[in-house]
Amino acid sequence: MNINIDEGSGTSVVSKITEVFSKIEEKDSSINSFISLHKEDALASAAESDKRFKSQEDVRPLEGVSFSIKDMFCVKGHKTTAGSKMLKDFVPPYDATVIKRLKDAGAIILGKANQDEFAMGSTNEMSYFGACKNPWNLKHVAGGSSGGSAASVAARFAKISLGTDTGGSVRQPAHFCGTVGFKPTYGRVSRYGVVSFASSLDQTGFFSLKVEDAFKVAQVVSGKDTFDQTTSSSEKVIYDSNSVDTAQDLKGFKVGLVKEFMDADVDSDVAKAMELSKNALKARGAEIVEVELPLVEHGVPAYYLIATSEAASNLSRYDGVRYGHRADVNTDMSLEEFYTLNRSEGFGPEVKRRILLGNFSLSSGYIEAFYRKACQLRRLMREDYFKAFAKVDAILAPVASTAAFKLNAFEGDPLKKFLNDYFTVTVNLSGLPGLTVPVQKNESGLPVGVQLIANQFEEAKLLKAGLSLEDEFKFYEEAPDV
Amino acid sequence: MSNWDVVIGLEIHAQLQTDSKVFAPDSAGYSKHANENISEISLGYPGSLPTVNRMAVEYSIKIGLALNCNIKKNSVFARKHYFYPDLAKGYQISQFELPLCEDGSIDFMLDDKNVTVGIERAHMEEDAGKSSHKGGYSLIDYNRAGVPLLEIVSKPDMTTSKQAAEYARTVRNVLRYLEVCDGNLEEGSMRCDCNVSLKPKGQKELGTKVEIKNINSFRFIEKALDFEIQRQASLLENNESISQETRLYDSTKNKTFSMRSKEEAMDYRYFPDPDLLPLEVSDELIESIRKNLPELPLEKKERFKKDYEIPDYDASVLTSDKDLAFYFEESAKASKNPKATSNWIMGDFLKSLKESQLSFEDLKVSPKDLGLLVQLIDKGEISGKMAKQVFADMWKSGESPKAIVKSKGLSQISDPEEVKSIVEGVVSAHPGQLAEYKSGKNKLFGFFVGQVMKESKGQANPELVTKFLMEKLKS
Repeated sequence: MNINIDEGSGTSVVSKITEVFSKIEEKDSSINSFISLHKEDALASAAESDKRFKSQEDVRPLEGVSFSIKDMFCVKGHKTTAGSKMLKDFVPPYDATVIKRLKDAGAIILGKANQDEFAMGSTNEMSYFGACKNPWNLKHVAGGSSGGSAASVAARFAKISLGTDTGGSVRQPAHFCGTVGFKPTYGRVSRYGVVSFASSLDQTGFFSLKVEDAFKVAQVVSGKDTFDQTTSSSEKVIYDSNSVDTAQDLKGFKVGLVKEFMDADVDSDVAKAMELSKNALKARGAEIVEVELPLVEHGVPAYYLIATSEAASNLSRYDGVRYGHRADVNTDMSLEEFYTLNRSEGFGPEVKRRILLGNFSLSSGYIEAFYRKACQLRRLMREDYFKAFAKVDAILAPVASTAAFKLNAFEGDPLKKFLNDYFTVTVNLSGLPGLTVPVQKNESGLPVGVQLIANQFEEAKLLKAGLSLEDEFKFYEEAPDV
Repeated sequence: MSNWDVVIGLEIHAQLQTDSKVFAPDSAGYSKHANENISEISLGYPGSLPTVNRMAVEYSIKIGLALNCNIKKNSVFARKHYFYPDLAKGYQISQFELPLCEDGSIDFMLDDKNVTVGIERAHMEEDAGKSSHKGGYSLIDYNRAGVPLLEIVSKPDMTTSKQAAEYARTVRNVLRYLEVCDGNLEEGSMRCDCNVSLKPKGQKELGTKVEIKNINSFRFIEKALDFEIQRQASLLENNESISQETRLYDSTKNKTFSMRSKEEAMDYRYFPDPDLLPLEVSDELIESIRKNLPELPLEKKERFKKDYEIPDYDASVLTSDKDLAFYFEESAKASKNPKATSNWIMGDFLKSLKESQLSFEDLKVSPKDLGLLVQLIDKGEISGKMAKQVFADMWKSGESPKAIVKSKGLSQISDPEEVKSIVEGVVSAHPGQLAEYKSGKNKLFGFFVGQVMKESKGQANPELVTKFLMEKLKS
């Protein structure tokens, strides 16, 4: 497959990338979407792209396309911090599989995007490197955890951004920042070299302004990886040109509205976006069907038990022995003091909260009531989704109950913030693909999007419905004033 | 002691000799320097993920089948959490609820009785690195981190320390026969933890168990258990209770001492590793491994008894080691006298082997040459006594027995005419002694033998010497 993403024409890749960097250097100090920039390497790759464009030999599928990369992805020789003090100086000696595939495809990596520490959070305020602000209104959050990714695309710094979505961390910031946010089916994209948060839920996602672009990039970097046993070898394509060709014709395409989601309490701007989207799909011939997910109210607790259990385990490796933050320790200290100091200083409050919760849920005497019960619920919930997808091609749902929150809105109330993940977490628990498509700005000028969900490996259906919505709203024509 | 029933169970960790580590492509073999066989995976770097090594799975199935276990077609890797600097990820990947192998058994002979020990389970896991401590600092070598292990857990079927040691030896022998583990306790490629408890004679309910770690020889298994059984018995006889704990064995003091109590026991927070899919093995794979299993010690022993007509004891000794069994078979083929060959191997050969501490691959004496040596004795070309000397020379130089016999002029004079003429010469040279002998001094027979041997430089065939002397002296 040959994918060409139009980066504009006329000037060289080097000059375009140079321009992008001066824009970032000028404007990003107020947004804070980047943790680090890879200017030198980016310009070198740009020069390579120019060479290949000029000779027209060996032109790659993502030639010259600019990317920001969430700081969860290991990029060889560049700091990969996961937004944490623990890894603030960590330089991986290897590329994540997706990064390798991006580089091979001719992509230009501008730098590493801001995020909540270890992807734990939904506002990007949990970053050791400071909050990333919403380009549409700097008093609001960009969302999270992949806030820097969403903001860098919304602000027109990067054409595409790679984020990770464990419970909504791509779809929600996309909704907050008015970009497309696409999370493929679990197992589509290799997790090798991506800092783990919750292994059974983590999946790479893609931000772009246009729906097609996210799917094209996903197609390039997805597929079986011998270094990640959980990758799938499904032959169903993600970027299906037939979906593109037939996007205006939704005759025979069934869209489900989830009863429990429609009954939920959401802001009027979100309700309005849902109504507009439903009508747009209907107008193109789609049939709207009500479906039920009776267990979905248990989604948030099940998600937080599973995600924190896996996270507590995954984060055990950060002990300050081989790499990462090491406190001012000395040889008089016991091993326990050594660990306690390194980890107490290296991790922020949200990460500590989740490690405690996760270890509690896994501890003997409680694992039956918590972790195992959550896994049981997860299986049942997935069955419910499968039943729904026997009736419909895709589900239309809100992404969150509100548009972007104000900064510091949840201070001291982490539980309320957790509940905000109601519409996104069950998609991860069920390994489904999900897509945020921006709809319009609300009265305060903040973007509002909607979410499309399909069955496992049915990304082509998301692409089709997503393109219909995009055709209706054309949100990519609007840009924040940065 | 007779008031108590002893219950012993063993956990044996066998390091599998695969090329690469169990979840990473780095070499699992020997390395000269510390931290040489490492990668981002075995160091637990952020984002690195495990991938199961097929060879380690196949080796584990091999062992499972040899221990008569059921091989589970679906088993699950789990994470076992604890913090220690040589455990890179903060958890060890192991198997917990669904191990690969379950419900097996192994037989061995002890004091002429057959003993059967059940195998509870055998599960795959990864080894940790090695820590060493120097002057307030700790050094860590991660070469071993991620080397595949199979943990073989016996049922609590043993009742004496001797049985426990013999069980461990038997398992080691099986591992070596399968060529999947070199079973070296001293070097740690096989590690053995013993669980032991006492209960009043005849009582069904088990007593409180104590785990003993850090035992690095078969002899120490016996000694550590003996000490521990005594310790527990005297506590119980003084109406004191046994505390559930892990103890370490100190071989220099021949004592066990407490390492950690149950209260300090760790909560490992096991849960299925979400980075690894359940391990699926097909019937085809299991059957093809079963078909290709080598002959195991017990089968070999029975075959030796039948094919070579050697006693049970000989067969046990000769099959106690795969290389030794092979050596015997090759020697016996050359000698065509299995029993005599067995005697030689169990005698001079094993003695030299033990003294020299050589391994089979370093031996200078080929099994064929040992067989030929036995044949030289059978043909009467050399005496048994001479053969001992020849063998000693073979051991040192590796030359063939014939060459040694020839170069040292050791060959026996077995030509009857030649022996007869020496005998006649000796008798006629000693008329006085002859007269005394004839007058009834039978003791002088030895004198004549001595003179003949002296005359023949010790090479006259003793049987012929006796025969002709008898004839000559009678006449």
